[in-house]
Amino acid sequence: MESSAYIGLAITIFFIGVFGMLVRKSAFLFLMSIELMLNSANLAWVTFAKVHGNLDGHVYAFFIMALAAAEACVGLAIIVLFYRKRRSVILDNAKEMSK
Amino acid sequence: MDRQSIEQLLWVIPFAPLIGALAIGLLCALSPKRGSFPSRTVVGFLACLGPLASFMVAGGVFLALGKSPETTPVHQTLFSWIQCGAFSINFAFEADRLTAVMLMFVTFVGTIIHFYSIGYMGHDKGYARFFSYLNLFLSAMLILVLGSNLVLMFLGWEGVGLCSYLLIAFWFDDEAKAIAGKKAFIVNRIGDFGFVLGIFLIYTTLLKNGPSSLEFSFLATHAYLLAPVATIASLLLFTGAMGKSAQIPLYVWLPDAMAGPTPVSALIHAATMVTAGVFMVARMHFLFDLSPLSGQLVAGVGIATALVAALIGFGQNDIKKVLAYSTVSQLGYMFVAVGAGAYSAGIFHVFTHAFFKACLFLGAGSVIHALHEEQDIRKMGGLLKKLPITGTTFLIAWLAICGIPPFAGFFSKDEILWSVFNTWGAYGKILWVLGLFGAGCTAFYMSRLVFITFFGKNRSSTAFEKIHESPPIMTIPLIILALGSVLVGFFGIPEALGGSNVFASWLTPVFGEHTSATHSNFIEYVVMALSVSVAFIGITIAYIKYVRKPFIASEPRGIAAFAEAAFHVDALYRIVLINPLFSFTRNILFRVVDVAIIDGAVNGIAKLSSVSGGLVRRLQTGTVRTYLYYFGAGAALLMLIVYIGKW
Repeated sequence: MESSAYIGLAITIFFIGVFGMLVRKSAFLFLMSIELMLNSANLAWVTFAKVHGNLDGHVYAFFIMALAAAEACVGLAIIVLFYRKRRSVILDNAKEMSK
Repeated sequence: MDRQSIEQLLWVIPFAPLIGALAIGLLCALSPKRGSFPSRTVVGFLACLGPLASFMVAGGVFLALGKSPETTPVHQTLFSWIQCGAFSINFAFEADRLTAVMLMFVTFVGTIIHFYSIGYMGHDKGYARFFSYLNLFLSAMLILVLGSNLVLMFLGWEGVGLCSYLLIAFWFDDEAKAIAGKKAFIVNRIGDFGFVLGIFLIYTTLLKNGPSSLEFSFLATHAYLLAPVATIASLLLFTGAMGKSAQIPLYVWLPDAMAGPTPVSALIHAATMVTAGVFMVARMHFLFDLSPLSGQLVAGVGIATALVAALIGFGQNDIKKVLAYSTVSQLGYMFVAVGAGAYSAGIFHVFTHAFFKACLFLGAGSVIHALHEEQDIRKMGGLLKKLPITGTTFLIAWLAICGIPPFAGFFSKDEILWSVFNTWGAYGKILWVLGLFGAGCTAFYMSRLVFITFFGKNRSSTAFEKIHESPPIMTIPLIILALGSVLVGFFGIPEALGGSNVFASWLTPVFGEHTSATHSNFIEYVVMALSVSVAFIGITIAYIKYVRKPFIASEPRGIAAFAEAAFHVDALYRIVLINPLFSFTRNILFRVVDVAIIDGAVNGIAKLSSVSGGLVRRLQTGTVRTYLYYFGAGAALLMLIVYIGKW
């Protein structure tokens, strides 16, 4: 099976995610960028599972989906709390760690 | 009492005063109001109890050793003290005939001085503290004497050093006295260092030849193994003796030690602690016997000390300082004797000296007490009329130290001079002449002291009528010691005078037969007559100078001023030793090693982490995005490394 197209797509999606994280300021878009990267990884797993003819990659894809769901859950909760405290979801305003 | 029960009771001798010291100390520490309880009577009673118990047991030891036909030492092992592999030290006491003699006079004179102190220290606010220290001192001294091995002896040795410091600096709110205490301690430490090295050397040398031990009995039987190192080892031990027994060059602490209360000077700096060095040399006689060279050095140092201290004594005007220098001088004679191998003569002089010097010191204390802490003899005079008992006892002790027959000092000093005369040929004769000269000096400066203090007109600031004799608690000890100064010499009447020298034959099992040369009695008579006439010459000169002409206190000039300043030895030590040492510590050890190197390194490390931390913290912006950049850059770098590595 010809895999380069799938892998190319996965890489593209991954870098869209990275780019999104680096340039967008909203916490929501940040979270969505992470989801994009996770999905690109899933695509790569499944592609290689198909290429090698075993199920390991599929298993990992499921794990990652579960992880993404949990992460979205926690992430959204943090964003809600963050908003309550600051009345904004702009991440660049959170600089307490440098102090 | 029989031998077995004495062996069981040996521990009482050092521990009874120790218990006394602890009891007094604890009673005072626990008393609710300072100084109120326990009362002075209770403290005084407790303080005399320990020494008295020691004296009684010591008497038992003496009798047991005298009675039993065999002369093996009385021995008691209490417990194993240090156990480390093959190295083992027992906490054990052992008394042979030498120890018994030491025990007898240490506890006897010690007890008397305790009684005297009840009167002398009666009004002092540190009354209980004083007796606690005094008891502790006696305990340490008795451990020193009784210890059955070198390490236990060293424990007592250090103990007396510590107590000496505590007692000299007893009135520590006077800075000069506190410094005198420190001086005594530090000078003693220098000697102790030599002593410790000597112990190490002896132990390691024995270790090369099989099992080693520091027990005296073992050392005595294995002394031949020490022959290769005998000179070095004995001189190292002698260094310790120099510190403790105030010999040149370490004698400087003793005159300053007069800062302590007078009973302390009598007990520590006349009768007991300073004799520890002589005792130690006598105890290790088998080692000193192996090295004629170190014997000669010991005697040489002894005679030099005897002369220098006697000459300094000429110019001293403090009543206690004169006695201090005379103590140093007499200790010199003792070392001359033990150096010459006449151990029993040396110990005999220790023994007689303990009596007359304690009597002199206590008499001086009584004078000082009567004149309200006046110590300058130029401000005394004519005291014999006002202080009849003190004066008479002082005169007896004076005759004893001058070596006038039949007082105690005559027999012991004469025995020393006689044994030096008979040893080493020409060197011995030189020592003898110097010793004779020193005896004349002793007679002169002691007579000067006596004549200025007790004869002539009163020059004190206290009204003459108001001067009172001390209470009986002080005069009775004086009388006892004065009797001793007359009588104890009769233990050592030489054979030439029809005696049998009981003292020397008592010690024969310890030191072996002292091979005296076959001089005729005639020469011994001449030697004796010479030393007596030298003493009379000294007394006569002093009589002409200080009694025939009325004494006028004047500023000393020339040699007298030089002697008054104690030959500027302290200043010399300051220039030669102390100042270079101080400047070395301050400029090199402090400024370079401590401040520049050690502090520099510690502070440098702190500075380095603070500066590097300041730089690195700039990376921590707090924005999530910055961290992402680092993260991305790190990942890219890792991939690059993997890529290059694969290539």
